[in-house]
Amino acid sequence: MSGEFFLAAGLTVAGALAAMILRNLIHCVLALVAGFAGLAVIYLQLGAQFVGLAQIFVYAGAVAILAAFVILLTQGVEHRTRPAAVLDWVVGALLACGVFAMLAWAIAKSVQFLPQATQRPDAGVRAIGNAMLHQFVLPLEVVGLLLTAALIGAVLTAMRDEEAGA
Amino acid sequence: MSIFMLHLHAWIHALASSALGHALWMVVPVLVVFPALFAVTTLLERKGLGRIQNRYGPNRAGPWGLLQPMADAIKALTKEDVVPEAADRLVHFCAPVLMVLSAFLVYAVVPVSRTWVVAPLRAGVLFFFAAGSLMEIAVFMAGWSSRSQYSLLGAMRALAQMISYEIPLVLSAMVAVMAAGSLSMVEIVRRQAGYSGIWPHWFVLTPWGLAGFVLFLIAATAESNRSPFDLPEGESEIIAGYYIEYSGFKFALFFLAEYLGMFAISALGITLFLGGWSAPFAFLTWIPSWIWFFAKLLALIAGFIWIRGTLPRLRMDQLMRFAWEFLLPLTLCHLFVAGVWKFFPTGAARWLGCAGVLLAVYWLLGRRLEQSGGLARRTYHFAE
Repeated sequence: MSGEFFLAAGLTVAGALAAMILRNLIHCVLALVAGFAGLAVIYLQLGAQFVGLAQIFVYAGAVAILAAFVILLTQGVEHRTRPAAVLDWVVGALLACGVFAMLAWAIAKSVQFLPQATQRPDAGVRAIGNAMLHQFVLPLEVVGLLLTAALIGAVLTAMRDEEAGA
Repeated sequence: MSIFMLHLHAWIHALASSALGHALWMVVPVLVVFPALFAVTTLLERKGLGRIQNRYGPNRAGPWGLLQPMADAIKALTKEDVVPEAADRLVHFCAPVLMVLSAFLVYAVVPVSRTWVVAPLRAGVLFFFAAGSLMEIAVFMAGWSSRSQYSLLGAMRALAQMISYEIPLVLSAMVAVMAAGSLSMVEIVRRQAGYSGIWPHWFVLTPWGLAGFVLFLIAATAESNRSPFDLPEGESEIIAGYYIEYSGFKFALFFLAEYLGMFAISALGITLFLGGWSAPFAFLTWIPSWIWFFAKLLALIAGFIWIRGTLPRLRMDQLMRFAWEFLLPLTLCHLFVAGVWKFFPTGAARWLGCAGVLLAVYWLLGRRLEQSGGLARRTYHFAE
């Protein structure tokens, strides 16, 4: 728990909070980018260079831009006066507590089964590649299939719109 | 006097061996050399374009117009900084800062010479693309925060283009990564620094390497928003695109970032395919390695200027079609060919086979692109 960790963690939490609270949706996206960057710094501190840089490349680069694109292409969201986080405080708080409790329980339970780490685990590209293509090849393929299905669905939806418009 | 010099020498030595000194020694040259190169390039570009267009180019400031970059810098510094009334002031201010930041960050992993690389990261190529992707955010921030239709149009064009061309760019770079078996830029150059007889082991001298280099250059031109892919700036249509509402030094920062981005992506191309700092022939290795790096960099910049002076701007639908229907399948096939190359025995059969497959796919895709009418004249329903 060093000072750098608290800086990165603070950036992550502040970014996430701002993304939730701010009124302007574009500001929310930019705050989200800051949150992603903080998360990437934490990964880098843990020695996971590949994961940290991929976090910036994929999330701060591509995903945030796509979100901004969607916001700009959807009309009439820029002049909203109400923040997103007022709808149903009780339900939201309950959901958040539930998710947090489940995650905390899972993490607390997994720690006792793991061997004590005596050295930094190897999170290099080679290790990740080996893990993905040997041990976890089936989940990888399933995720790939899922993404392909989502892509085809998106293309189909877009095509139908175009035909109706013309 | 000599005692003073001795002290100074000892002090410099101590500074150079400390961590801070090391950082200064590595970082300061990057912050000095590349902006200086930017100043020289703006002049060379205007002179070169002038020659291509049968005119002189800048020739008033100093002998042969050599002081033109100085005049430009003073002008940019002393101009009034105008921010539009409706602009989102904070985001409007942050955009050029983030832009220049990301433009400088990528130089951290570029091996300029045998010993000069600021941060020899293991995942250097990934760092390059990650830091470069921050530029997209900056472009979006600039275009959106200005509250101007022109700048928003420019930003949307820029983003659509940068996201589309990032895929072929990364895929064509991956080929060199695959061949070297490492994401570290230092390691990739080291793999190419050997010689067979007098010939170097550059990746560009193999069929997949040559194809990869050409694909990389095309995608890099689009990624750095240069002509013929300069739609985001299109002076004749949307004036200056996403940075139309910037004046004075902020405008100069965008200009600087754009050129730094071009140099950086050329440096990446040099590292991946042209052997980085290594000499082109075995008998030329006595020339310092950084000279070779900058010679290759200047050659690529000259190429970019030449292309800008020669090719007209593409249309938006042509641009997109070219990326998704031509470049993407070609780079995927090219990735496959590079993999096959790695597992086949050396010889003429491997060379001809790989080159044949690449040429065949190129020909087929090109024919399809032509027949689908993507590059033909377009009939407009609402204009003309």
